[in-house]
Amino acid sequence: MTAYLLKRLTIALVTLVLASMVVFAVLEVIPGDPARLMLGMNASADQVELLRNQMGLNAPLALRYLHWAAGLLSLDFGRSYTYSVPVIDLVRERIIVSLPLALIALVLSTVIAIPVGLFSASRRGRAGDTIAMGAAQFGVAVPNFWFALMLIYLFAVWLRLVPAGGFPGWSAGVWPALKSLLLPAIALALPQAAILARVARSALIEVLHEDYIRTARAKGMPYRAVLWRHALRNAMIPVLTILGLQFAFLLAGTIIIENVFYLPGLGRLVFQAINQRDLIVVEGVVMLLVAAVIAVNLVVDLSYAIVDPRLRSRQ
Amino acid sequence: MKLWKTILAAAALTLAAGTSAMAARTDLVIGITLEPPHLDPTAGAAAAIDEVLYANVFEGLTRIGPNGEVLPDLAESWAISDDGKVYTFKLHTGVKFHDGTDFNADDVKFSLDRARAANSVNAQKGLFAAIDKVDVVDPATVKVTLKNPQGSFLHNMGWGDAVIVAPESADTNKEKPVGTGPFKFQSWAKGSSITLVKSDNYWGIPAFLDKAEFRIVTDAAVAVPALLSGDVQAFPFFDPDSVAQIRDDPRFKVAIGSTEGETILAINNKQPPFDKLLVRQAISFALDRKAIIDGASAGLGVPIGSHMSPASKAYVDLTGLYPHNVAKAKDLLKEAGLENGFKATLKLPPPSYARLGGEIIASQLRDVGIDLEIIPVEWAQWLDQVFTKKEYDLTIVSHTEPNDIDIYSRKDYYFNYDNPAFDKIISELNLTSDAAKRMTLLGEAQKVLADDAVVGFLYELPKVGVWDAKLQGLWENAPIQANDLTKVKWTE
Repeated sequence: MTAYLLKRLTIALVTLVLASMVVFAVLEVIPGDPARLMLGMNASADQVELLRNQMGLNAPLALRYLHWAAGLLSLDFGRSYTYSVPVIDLVRERIIVSLPLALIALVLSTVIAIPVGLFSASRRGRAGDTIAMGAAQFGVAVPNFWFALMLIYLFAVWLRLVPAGGFPGWSAGVWPALKSLLLPAIALALPQAAILARVARSALIEVLHEDYIRTARAKGMPYRAVLWRHALRNAMIPVLTILGLQFAFLLAGTIIIENVFYLPGLGRLVFQAINQRDLIVVEGVVMLLVAAVIAVNLVVDLSYAIVDPRLRSRQ
Repeated sequence: MKLWKTILAAAALTLAAGTSAMAARTDLVIGITLEPPHLDPTAGAAAAIDEVLYANVFEGLTRIGPNGEVLPDLAESWAISDDGKVYTFKLHTGVKFHDGTDFNADDVKFSLDRARAANSVNAQKGLFAAIDKVDVVDPATVKVTLKNPQGSFLHNMGWGDAVIVAPESADTNKEKPVGTGPFKFQSWAKGSSITLVKSDNYWGIPAFLDKAEFRIVTDAAVAVPALLSGDVQAFPFFDPDSVAQIRDDPRFKVAIGSTEGETILAINNKQPPFDKLLVRQAISFALDRKAIIDGASAGLGVPIGSHMSPASKAYVDLTGLYPHNVAKAKDLLKEAGLENGFKATLKLPPPSYARLGGEIIASQLRDVGIDLEIIPVEWAQWLDQVFTKKEYDLTIVSHTEPNDIDIYSRKDYYFNYDNPAFDKIISELNLTSDAAKRMTLLGEAQKVLADDAVVGFLYELPKVGVWDAKLQGLWENAPIQANDLTKVKWTE
């Protein structure tokens, strides 16, 4: 187990370093000048040059990379070009929206998907299965911004149960803040749940064909117990893989939903920073997300080992 | 897409119509589409900065009124010397900045000197170019000496970039703006909203509102439900395409006004074959402005024939010079030796007027044999490739600065237009302060640009504002991009 853990950790670290180089190099070559963006069309070329110097943009690329990478080691992500505040402060303000949102959506998606998957798999080919999988197909196909707008019209405009968008901040109280995350979480969770339910179903169906399931049934174990105790556990690996991917997506890939609900999340921070060529912010956030994805994968890898003891001994 | 939006909005309207009216109130939530990068109007070109702070938090010597007029602000009056070079401003007394420090002539000198200093990164540094020196006569009097008479000086001093800041707070205004206006800054939840509250010790007429929150709503499709649910009560700059959904709802006022945004099909005048007058004229004849306005701006917007807002006193109607005439356009191309047509590129920045307008223009130019390849670009790319490096044939953009006809005389500007006769008119204009004379010169300038068909003049961007019908005092026109809340109040 220790060897397994060590190997995983080394791979994670190397990935992180390589990612930092790629992220920095790629972002530095995209066209666009943050100084010109700030000063607009009426400023002279000299003035733009002056601001570039003030922003430290005229130093050589390698030097800037080293400076930035050294900062990362001490968790210093630099200062935003446009906002002129530390990047880490910007990220902190956003992560307290994005992280709870991603977690709520993930929990919702799992709570919906696993029972539906179990239900469908155990009734394979029957009406219940067809209806459940039809609904899942719809869930995968429907564009999430459209679905989000429907939720807004229903719950915010018509029923007036929740605000149409925006985030009051945690300082406004836990309930108002959670309330404003509810619709976006649902809008995010449903398509994810649909995918997860389909994966869970097919994994379960495969497992249900295994010999040990027949043996368990043959020795008189009730069907439900077989399903929960033997089948589900063995079907967990593909489900966990998808969950890991979904968490990474939910953390950063929510720009569209954040825009629809005008939430101050990480996705919008990155999007805005890209538009304003606030590259240092983009680089910082992307690195954090890379770290998050690597960490999630690590956790998923480790949880494989917990779910399936064979993976432990094989290392 | 459009249809379901409309159907749903209609359904939602019927359902929500029964809700009771709100009692008179003193708070307001205003929707804005772009978040300001920071909150210092003297250090950035982003219109969003002025949309939040102009006239509300920061004030200048003069200010621009709802219809573009120059009004006294921190300067209660002024005198101009006979040679037009010395402006003596008499300042209001008893004015305090929001942090409690006093405002006086020293702050004016500090602000103007800071904006025109060698290391200044004021985005509109040109506004201060004519200033020779600023002298403090006494705490309530300041004397500005110009290098040469400048007709637009008082107007210039009314821009957001020329507001008066205090030396104590100038460096921190980006995060915590401190001005002299009727509202003071309270908080900025980045990505979410900016909140202003009424200032208790304002020197002038106090604001009616106690609290104003600017909420950042990026997606135009969400602006409608945000209004319908009552979360946001005003969108002073609303997407023209969505206005049909809300136009017939009596709970809302839809105000269609004018802006200073000349939307143009910019042409690289040095790039063959666009260096030929005949080709540029052919393009002007090929454009059907009516169809472009209908398609790109929901039919709202006034056609223009040169670079001047139809709302301006100096406006000359030159739209008749190049009426839509495909045959004439083809003749001109033939005369230019291009009867077989040619290929060119059209780079389109993100705003919908450009992206939608671009497709219509590409199809109109195809009718006369010009085959355009459409290249969508981001704003940063546009500024880099088109504006700075001039790597383009055609592009569409709206020039939103007020009274900016002089851009055509700027050296090395992205149009690559060079006409000494035009430059002469502009330099004469800069030295003229007599109003009638200025009108004549501005008229001549417009004619030269139209005759040269420097760019394809399309239309004046409309200002579409939507707000709760019980709200009063928001600007219907946008002579500058601002949301002046000083006179805004709820009726009943």
